[in-house]
Amino acid sequence: MGIFNFFSKDKKEKLDKGLEKTKENVFGKISRAVAGKSTIDELALDDIEEALITSDIGVETTLKIIGKLEERVAKNKYINTAELNDFLKAEISLLMKEGYDEIPKVDGPYVIMVVGVNGVGKTTTIGKLAHQFKQQGKKVVLGAADTFRAAAVDQLLIWADRVGVEIVKQDMGSDPASVCFDTLQSAKASGADVVIIDTAGRLHNKINLMNELTKIKNVMAKVILEAPHDVMLVLDASTGQNAIEQATQFTKATEVNSLALTKLDGTAKGGVVIGISDQFQIPVRYIGVGEGVEDLQVFNKNEFVDSLFN
Amino acid sequence: MFENLSEKLDKAFKVLKGQGSISEINVAQTMKQIRKALLAADVDFKTAKSFTSRVQEKAMGEKVLTAIDPGQLLTKIMKDELATLMGSEQSDISLDGSPTVILIAGLQGSGKTTFSGKLALLLKSKKNKRPLLVACDVYRPAAIDQIGVLAEQVGVDVYQDRKNKNPVEIAQAAIKHAKTNGHNVVIIDTAGRLAVDEQMMKEISAVKSAVNPNETLFVVDAMTGQDAVNTAKAFNEKLNFDGVVLTKLDGDTRGGAALTIRSVVDKPIKFIGTSEKMDGLDVFHPDRMASRILGMGDVISLVERAQQQFDEEEARRVQKKIAKNQFGFDDFLKQIQQVKKMGNMKDLVGMIPGMGKAMKGVDMDDDAFKGIEAIIHSMTKQERENPKLLNGSRKKRIASGSGTTVVEVNQLIKQFSQMGKMMKMMQGGGAKQMMQMMKGKGGIPGM
Ligand SMILES: Nc1nc2c(ncn2[C@@H]2O[C@H](COP(=O)(O)OP(=O)(O)O)[C@@H](O)[C@H]2O)c(=O)[nH]1
Ligand SMILES: [Mg+2]
Repeated sequence: MGIFNFFSKDKKEKLDKGLEKTKENVFGKISRAVAGKSTIDELALDDIEEALITSDIGVETTLKIIGKLEERVAKNKYINTAELNDFLKAEISLLMKEGYDEIPKVDGPYVIMVVGVNGVGKTTTIGKLAHQFKQQGKKVVLGAADTFRAAAVDQLLIWADRVGVEIVKQDMGSDPASVCFDTLQSAKASGADVVIIDTAGRLHNKINLMNELTKIKNVMAKVILEAPHDVMLVLDASTGQNAIEQATQFTKATEVNSLALTKLDGTAKGGVVIGISDQFQIPVRYIGVGEGVEDLQVFNKNEFVDSLFN
Repeated sequence: MFENLSEKLDKAFKVLKGQGSISEINVAQTMKQIRKALLAADVDFKTAKSFTSRVQEKAMGEKVLTAIDPGQLLTKIMKDELATLMGSEQSDISLDGSPTVILIAGLQGSGKTTFSGKLALLLKSKKNKRPLLVACDVYRPAAIDQIGVLAEQVGVDVYQDRKNKNPVEIAQAAIKHAKTNGHNVVIIDTAGRLAVDEQMMKEISAVKSAVNPNETLFVVDAMTGQDAVNTAKAFNEKLNFDGVVLTKLDGDTRGGAALTIRSVVDKPIKFIGTSEKMDGLDVFHPDRMASRILGMGDVISLVERAQQQFDEEEARRVQKKIAKNQFGFDDFLKQIQQVKKMGNMKDLVGMIPGMGKAMKGVDMDDDAFKGIEAIIHSMTKQERENPKLLNGSRKKRIASGSGTTVVEVNQLIKQFSQMGKMMKMMQGGGAKQMMQMMKGKGGIPGM
């Protein structure tokens, strides 16, 4: 049993509920589009396109999916709703990368560095994540390396208190790399299992800020050779196609190797992660479904796609 | 991505331009491409569809099929259509009421608190007001601290009540407080909320009816995708807001959400956020946004920003020097300082029409000039005025003085002479040639 298998039944229900709107909008629509028709005509294709596009799946990925669908229809004109759903489900699944559900064993603390643009939900995700690790009996240390945004350290501090984990911080305005250095040293000395580093939000086209992020990342290896073991990019589900550029630039600066998709409790679908996961071959590991401490779920590809269809 | 849309439009127009005569089918195909481009810019699906069909109709009406330059005609039609959709003129906020009450609303993480701080600063410094910021986000950890810090940064007062968890009461008390303390503007920052969160939407409606604001502003992230439609509609239904604030436009998003919002709720975009700093607030110019989406370059902004920063006389002096080939390293240094003052190099260059594409893949670091400055600072006055003096031993001295190498010094000297040529070209309007030169010849060190 992986340490991430902590979902109670009602959490699953919350995910289903969150995704219900998506299901209604995307696949309900597609089903209606092909219902009673033996072929997928131009109009139906338009509807499918609309359904995918309005989920922020993006033109490129949508065309990719539709292309596959057209191939399928060319082979066999008669495709019913169930087959269509299965087919789309399988195609979208193919594009998504699967995340692992257990932190790999490492020497010393496992270090997660959290990055992303402003306001996507980095700090909140860290608070929820810390809670989940704590529930698993892990010793967690947070590093308050957002020393820039007003009251950012206080925000993380409140989360640390709320979930009862340690935090390493310095004054506002101090060097974030130095905060990381301190955090890792302290975590190493105290035998922590997990370190989560919060960083200041930054727009990915600000070269200086992205360089700073690289520097922050690199300093960690001075304390723990392999650190950070995980660089997690947080994406806001309501973000459109710009998320692709975010993924591109953050990957360039910090070799992102996992994604968290927040705010899925709203009406936004977050479909842009499908293309990102495909293009960069990085898994979506978590989804945020609210502002509470429990509102973080491990992303499960099949569950995700299933929830869209069932 | 930065020039994603305009590239696609270019391609679309090329289809038209490439053909001697064009047919209705060509136009339809082009429209399809344009629609794709709009979708890639996050314009809402329906908005993009109706937009392109309107443009197509107009194009046919204006006989684009027989026009000499169909691409240009289409661009014009599109630009006009975009501008109409964006709203034809910029619109200010109302400062009526005593005090003026401004209510800020929006999703989580959209930038409400930062905007509140910026607005307070703007009203204080440009309109001579005494704003009071009000902390009504009673939920998010440290939200009250955040607005407190910003209030201090911009030098305005903040009203907070950490014991009270009721935003309606806090807002009402704040207005009372403002009246007795001589504040003529009250800016109410609220918690982020999802449009589907009924309880929270009820809460903000209650705040609104309790304080009866002169201005209710909906704050939305410029990077928002297709959800902009739902969110803008829902907030508008509940709040009937007066205007929209588009944040984080200093990113490289095309900002299609702006078009979406304008087309689904008929409310003006009143402000745009252009940096994390407290002075990073601009009024919204619909025509410029239309240009940004079309990728025609935000020429007017560029000119205005440049004018703000450039000492015109200095500019004229330099121009003369360039013309007379007397442009020296000191002048070069001054130019660098001017450029740095104007903001991010890449942003600026991107605003020049046609340059967005030329800049693709060219990394421009704001610190790119550090090495150059160090080298020039290590030169003597005579050397700066007359670069021809720079022989081997002088170069060696400069290199060690600036912590660089002779190779780098040589590079700078070479590029300096190129720069002179470029500037001459710039005077002749050859910006594109300049970029090609910079790209082809390796550019300025660090660029
Ligand atoms: N509804 C909802 N709100 C979220 C979620 N994750 C974060 N938020 C909110 O988004 C806002 C910005 O989050 P924050 O963690 O400060 O973002 P950061 O700037 O990336 O650190 C806050 O109001 C959070 O409460 C989520 O999954 N759902
Ligand atoms: Mg944060």
